[in-house]
Amino acid sequence: MDLRELYQEVILDHGKNPRNHRFPEPYNREGRGYNPLCGDKITLRLQLEGDTITDIGFIGEGCAISQASCSTMTEALKGKTLAEAEEMFGKFHKMLTVDDDSEPDLDALGKLAVFAGVREFPMRVKCATLGWHTLNQALRNERGEATTE
Amino acid sequence: MHPNPITEAPSSTFDVLRAREDFPAIHQEVHGKPLVYLDSAATSLKPRAVIDAVVEVYAKDCANIHRAVHLLSQRATFRYEEARKKVQAFLNAEKKSEIIFTRGTTEAINLVAQSFGESALREGDEVLVTELEHHSNIVPWQMLCQRTGAKLVVVPMTDRGEVLRESFEEKLSDRTKIVALTHVSNALGTVLPVPELIALAHERGAVVLLDGAQAVSHVEVDVRALDCDFYAFSGHKLYGPTGIGVLYGKERLLEGMPPYQGGGDMIRSVTFEETIYNDLPYKFEAGTPNIAGAIGLGAAVDYYCSFDRESVHAHESQVLRYATDALESLPGVRLIGTAPGKVATLSFLMDAAHPHDIGTIVDAEGVAIRTGHHCAQPVMEHFGIAATARASLGMYNTTDDIDALVRALEKVRELFG
Repeated sequence: MDLRELYQEVILDHGKNPRNHRFPEPYNREGRGYNPLCGDKITLRLQLEGDTITDIGFIGEGCAISQASCSTMTEALKGKTLAEAEEMFGKFHKMLTVDDDSEPDLDALGKLAVFAGVREFPMRVKCATLGWHTLNQALRNERGEATTE
Repeated sequence: MHPNPITEAPSSTFDVLRAREDFPAIHQEVHGKPLVYLDSAATSLKPRAVIDAVVEVYAKDCANIHRAVHLLSQRATFRYEEARKKVQAFLNAEKKSEIIFTRGTTEAINLVAQSFGESALREGDEVLVTELEHHSNIVPWQMLCQRTGAKLVVVPMTDRGEVLRESFEEKLSDRTKIVALTHVSNALGTVLPVPELIALAHERGAVVLLDGAQAVSHVEVDVRALDCDFYAFSGHKLYGPTGIGVLYGKERLLEGMPPYQGGGDMIRSVTFEETIYNDLPYKFEAGTPNIAGAIGLGAAVDYYCSFDRESVHAHESQVLRYATDALESLPGVRLIGTAPGKVATLSFLMDAAHPHDIGTIVDAEGVAIRTGHHCAQPVMEHFGIAATARASLGMYNTTDDIDALVRALEKVRELFG
C-alpha cells in the first residue's frame, strides 16, 4: 500500500493551503456538508449567473483529503456551466467508486485526477466526495445538510 | 492454556508475552507489517478460550435454552446459566437473578431508561449525566426526558477531563431522580470518583446507573461495594464476543420494573386476556437470547479472572505511562484528557495532520488506532475540536507497540511536514 498514491503532492499542498477558502460576495447558492464519521464540516457558497458558476468558495475544517478536494473542486468549477459541473462530478465519482481498472478521464478531470488513489482507501472515499455532495445540495438549493452517509 | 482459576491461584506477576500467545488475531500482518492493535476501547481482541467456547456451542451444544427436555437443550441451558453465575461473581452481585443478559451496554441503558425511567420520572424531575458520557449514555435519557417532561442536566468536566465532586454536587438537587455516569470515559480514559458520587446521589434519593463499558477490563468492579443501583457493560470490550452485554440491577428495583420487551421466555403464562410475567432475570430476557454470546462472555470472564487482575492493571498503567511520556516528547503532539489516574486511553492531536489522516497513515504502518469523535461529541465540543486520534490499550499491549506507534507518527510528520 503506497501512501503516496493517496497523499499526492497536490493533495498535501491543497490540504495545507486550500484555495478559495473564503466566501464569495455576492453569492446566491449555499450548501452545508457534514461527514458524521469524522466530524468534517464545510459550508460552500457560490454565485450562479444564468447557467454559469462565476464565483465559488468554502469555509470548513477537515482532513487533508476533504480540504484538498473542496479546494481543487472550487478551482475547477469557476467559470463552468451547470452541465459541465455535473459531468465533472459524474466522472470524479466514477473514478473513486467504480472498480473497473479503467483509466480516469484525465482530459475532463485535469487536476482532479490526483484523487484516483483514494479508490484504494474505501474508508476515505467519503472525505473526497464531501465537497461535491455539498455542491449538489447547493445547486438544488435544498434545505438541511448534505451528509456523506 | 492458562491455569484454571479454581485449581491454581493466579500469579501476581503478569506475563504479557505469554498472554499475547492466547490472542490469535494479534499474530497477523496488515499491509505487510505486523499488526499493532491499539483500539481495544472500540473492541478488545478475543483469546482462543473465548473463540473455542463460542465454536463449541454451535458445534456441540446447539440448542435453544429453557425449553426442550432433550440433552442438547439441557447442556446449552446449563452453560448459559453458568455464564450468568460467572458474571455475578465477577461483579460481586448478591444474586444471579440480578444479572440480565442484553445485546450490550447500549441496550442495558435503554432497558433502564425505558422500564425504570418511564415509571419513575414525572414532569420537572431531572436526570443527571456528565459532559464525558458516550452518546449511548446521553441519547436514551434525552429520549426519556422528551417522553416524560423531565430535564437532562449535565455536570461539566474540567479541561483535564475530570468530573469534580463540587461540580457534581452543584448540579445535584432534590429533583434529581436518576444519575447516569460513565465509570471510565471512552474518549479520554478518565476514571470518575464513582464511590463518592454514588453516595452523594443516594443522599438525595436518586438512583444511579454506571456505564461500565470501558471500566470492566481496566478497573476493579464490585457492585455491592460501589452500591450502584444499575451497572451496564459489554462483553466485547472484556475480551468476549460482540452482541452480548450485561445489566446488573438491584433486585428490589428490578422487581418493581415493568418488562422492557414482550415475547417468549419473559412470561409465565399467556392468555389473550392476561399475561403473567416470568421471574427475574427472565422477565427482561424476551425471545431467544444470544446463547453463544453469553457462554462466550462466561469464557471471557474466566479468562480475565485467570490472571491476577491487579497485576494486569499495573501492566497496563505502565504501558500507558510509557505512551504518555513518548507522545508528550513528540513535537507538535498534544494530549487531550490528562486526568490523574486515567486508564488505558490516549486521545491526541497533531499539528501536522488531521486525526483522519493520522489514522490512515499509521494504518499503513500496521498500527490500528481509532480516529473521530468516539461517539462523545460533547467531549469534543468542550475542547473545541471535531475529532481526536485515540490509541487505547488491552492487556496484550507492550511498550514495543507504543514504539511502533511513535515510529508511525513520525511517518505522519515526514509526509505532512
